[in-house]
Amino acid sequence: MFSQLVVNGLVTGSVYAIAAVGVSLVYGILRLVNFAYGDMMAFGALVAYGCNGPLHQSMVVAALAGMAATALLALALDVALWKPLRARRAGFMSLFLASIGLALVLRQALLLAAGPQPEAYRVDPYRVFVIGSVRLSEAQTIAVATAAAAIVVVALFLARTTAGRVLRAMADDRTLAAVAGIDVARATRLAWAISGLLAGLAGVLAGLVEYSFTPDFGFQLLLPVFAAVVLGGIGSAYGALAGGLALGLAEELSTWSGFAGGVDPVYKPVVAFVLLALALLLRPQGLFGRARVA
Amino acid sequence: MSTLASAGFWEFVGVVAGIYTILALGLQLQFGFAGLLNFGQVAFMAIGAYTMAILVVKEGWSTWLAAPLGVAAAAVGGLVLGLPTLRLRSDYFAIVTIAFSEIVRYVAMNEDALTGGSQGTIALGPVGQAAQYNGQWAQFQHRMQAWLGLPSADATMLVIVWLAALALLASAWAVLRTPWGRVLRSIREDEDAAASLGKNAFAYKLQALALGAALAGVAGLFYAWQFSYFSPDDFAPLLTFFAWMIVLLGGLGRVFAVPVGAVVFGFIFAGTRFLGFAPFSWFASDQRAYLRLIIIGLVILALVVLRPQGLLGKREEMVLE
Repeated sequence: MFSQLVVNGLVTGSVYAIAAVGVSLVYGILRLVNFAYGDMMAFGALVAYGCNGPLHQSMVVAALAGMAATALLALALDVALWKPLRARRAGFMSLFLASIGLALVLRQALLLAAGPQPEAYRVDPYRVFVIGSVRLSEAQTIAVATAAAAIVVVALFLARTTAGRVLRAMADDRTLAAVAGIDVARATRLAWAISGLLAGLAGVLAGLVEYSFTPDFGFQLLLPVFAAVVLGGIGSAYGALAGGLALGLAEELSTWSGFAGGVDPVYKPVVAFVLLALALLLRPQGLFGRARVA
Repeated sequence: MSTLASAGFWEFVGVVAGIYTILALGLQLQFGFAGLLNFGQVAFMAIGAYTMAILVVKEGWSTWLAAPLGVAAAAVGGLVLGLPTLRLRSDYFAIVTIAFSEIVRYVAMNEDALTGGSQGTIALGPVGQAAQYNGQWAQFQHRMQAWLGLPSADATMLVIVWLAALALLASAWAVLRTPWGRVLRSIREDEDAAASLGKNAFAYKLQALALGAALAGVAGLFYAWQFSYFSPDDFAPLLTFFAWMIVLLGGLGRVFAVPVGAVVFGFIFAGTRFLGFAPFSWFASDQRAYLRLIIIGLVILALVVLRPQGLLGKREEMVLE
């Protein structure tokens, strides 16, 4: 039972982790808490569904198409919306509200285009892998393997490549990075492209894990993802990875009967928020964030 | 087209705009005057409505006793939220308030024994019995209708809600002109400067949060009475965003901009129902519900990009940052 919960927690946690890195990268560079991120994930999931269902493409092709489409969407939105707001030197408040407006538009446009009925990828829901006492469905197996690979790739990208270092430097201190000769406009486009790729991937994986999903499922994912970002220290990409995994594990393990009888599973989302509140009270800078000087 | 011309429909729109005015006034107080990014306003509305309904149905209280207690419960909710979170940076605070409102909705959804769960208030009483909490209110509304000689229940509600809204707006306006209101604004402008003059910024912000929450509680009561039934789904985060849009539309930091924002919002929201011409006529009626929210989202975006001080806001006093 316990090991099954750990595995389940890692499955959910890796979806949160990927999405949390996407949110965190953009926050690090633009100071934008992107409320529309959940709906960007849903966009990726739906594009992939379009390829996988009606167009009969394999899951891999579908996922890649979903990721590419979401990255393009992110870049287009940067040109159409975020760039003009930056030019006006809009602050945190404007950006946050604009992302709420955008989230509404995106979510309703997806509902308009795809309809409110739930969709599911063409994976066999009855095929189950058994490893010891742990059972994983085909969808879960694909999700956890892909997520693990993606997490390693993202971590290596941030640590080893010049582009990754540029993004981290910008998140650290934007002005200093610009003074040091970093092309801010290019780094911004890069951040959006990667954030979009990750949103698409996280959306497809979330769709796989939940088996069926509706076009508005992004919002339900958004709050745990935000919780993961904050838990990891907002703006810290490594923190977001760790925060996402920790949150997924905490959600699943809270239902374990060995832990004070276990929390009723309907309260899993609340566990995430309670954890978030506790973490903020004890370490307002996030678990992995550095304390800021006022 | 017949609905468009009917008085009943516009009375209904007016009632809803009045309720939104009270809800958004709370937000104006919190954000427009104290600078608090509260994105969980709808939770206080839910707390007010549920407290009243539960006390009336389960405890057999009089509506006139349960209603003020609902408002008080909402204010206490504001204190509970604010005490641990007001010290947070504003972006963290914004996220935590949304999380708070979702927790409240989750609890209402799942604690069937207390709230009736997802079935809503109809399941508040014993199993197999449809519970009703607004018997006394309906009586009162009926007497008011006869006394005022109004043609319909909605028309009566329209008068009651807007009288309440105007009274609350006037009180808020008066309160914000006292020294308390001036200190609040000074904290919004520069917390350190206010603190250096010996003002306890935390206490002022907490009071503003609780007061705004109490106003949301009042809005919750009217919402409950107008619809005589509600469920946790009525208090989704979307409603908080509507309230934000009203505050933005009207203008930041101005009390009497709130009803203007609410009425304009009401017209946009209800009016888009009648978009019977191309390109809107290409869509089926269920699809037009999505279109309506797309339009609302686009209006929020346009406001943020083009007119950050709102329709009536003073650019010198407050602009969205």
